[in-house]
Amino acid sequence: MKKKEVMILEDLLGSNKKIAGDIRKKLSEKGILAINLLSSPGAGKTSLLEQLSEVLAPKYQMAVIEGDIETERDAERIRNKGIQAWQISTGGACHLDAKMIGKLFSEIPTDLDFLFIENVGNLVCPASFDLGENLRCVLLSVPEGDDKPKKYPKAFITSDVLILSKTDLLGKLPFDIERAKKEGLDVNPQMKVFQTSAVDGTGINRLARYFIDCLKELRRSHA
Amino acid sequence: MHELSLIANLFEIMEQKAKQKKAKKITYVKLKVGVLSGAVPELLETAFDIYKKDTIADQAKLEIEKVPLKIRCKECGTETIKSDLVLNCGKCRSTDLENLEGTELYLEKMELEIE
Ligand SMILES: Nc1nc2c(ncn2[C@@H]2O[C@H](COP(=O)(O)OP(=O)(O)OP(=O)(O)O)[C@@H](O)[C@H]2O)c(=O)[nH]1
Ligand SMILES: [Mg+2]
Ligand SMILES: [Zn+2]
Repeated sequence: MKKKEVMILEDLLGSNKKIAGDIRKKLSEKGILAINLLSSPGAGKTSLLEQLSEVLAPKYQMAVIEGDIETERDAERIRNKGIQAWQISTGGACHLDAKMIGKLFSEIPTDLDFLFIENVGNLVCPASFDLGENLRCVLLSVPEGDDKPKKYPKAFITSDVLILSKTDLLGKLPFDIERAKKEGLDVNPQMKVFQTSAVDGTGINRLARYFIDCLKELRRSHA
Repeated sequence: MHELSLIANLFEIMEQKAKQKKAKKITYVKLKVGVLSGAVPELLETAFDIYKKDTIADQAKLEIEKVPLKIRCKECGTETIKSDLVLNCGKCRSTDLENLEGTELYLEKMELEIE
């Protein structure tokens, strides 16, 4: 019996990264902007999508992939808005991965403008899995507290957009919005910051406008 | 707790490599895990011990090297190892940075028994 040491140097997330890269390429070629929404449970991802659909759906084609551990509830909420939605029930897994998105790929209409992916509510694990999105958005809601970015840095470091949600609750809870912004920008100075409320509609138009600009940019760069 | 699915990926890579090398056993496995890899080393160890039973690596020893966050400033070229999570240059405070180390999650090497 011989003992032998071998160098490997392989990324444990290599296969996920490869599938995600393929998805991003195919969607981008079709001119579809994919947006991955991350947050802890209940930060308001589905509510935000419901509000965004009011602004975007009259002029743009959008669809939503809903990731949850169990139930079809979030997909049903989106369908009630007249928007096409698929539910991925992970059956226990705490995150979506690129393979799960890949399986749905053939069902995604080619004339879409926006493909939103609502990840499983979890501020830790989903951050490690590229889904082939063009934009990653992390929501931080007012009830969660303004100190979260440094406690859960990976979600913020890997995101392009920080959405401070439930701003209608500002003043009712001890949440310092400037501190939340600063904490977020400390860990990731490149993030764009938005403030939204699904209750009073604050910031929804501005965020939609930004997504539309990103879509135009994507199409310019793939023209 | 996504460490279990990471370890499942690890075993796929390990078994494929062991087969290529015609190995009978895997006796040692070394991972490099960055502080910003999103994986917790202790949870990886637990998941590894659960997973290895009844595999070619059932006796394998796992070593994890933790890699700190290292950045290079694009303005002044300074390299800084960051212990806090304020991502700016240690010298000039610029936020225009390049990530050198600290996000990796690699199988670096293995020791095999070959007949
Ligand atoms: N005050 C206030 N409440 C909100 C807002 N947005 C959502 N909520 C409430 O927060 C709760 C969770 O909202 P969801 O939209 O289901 O949150 P989610 O992030 O999709 O939740 P999961 O998918 O379970 O992770 C619900 O009770 C919403 O009514 C908001 O802007 N302001
Ligand atoms: Mg939801
Ligand atoms: Zn510098």
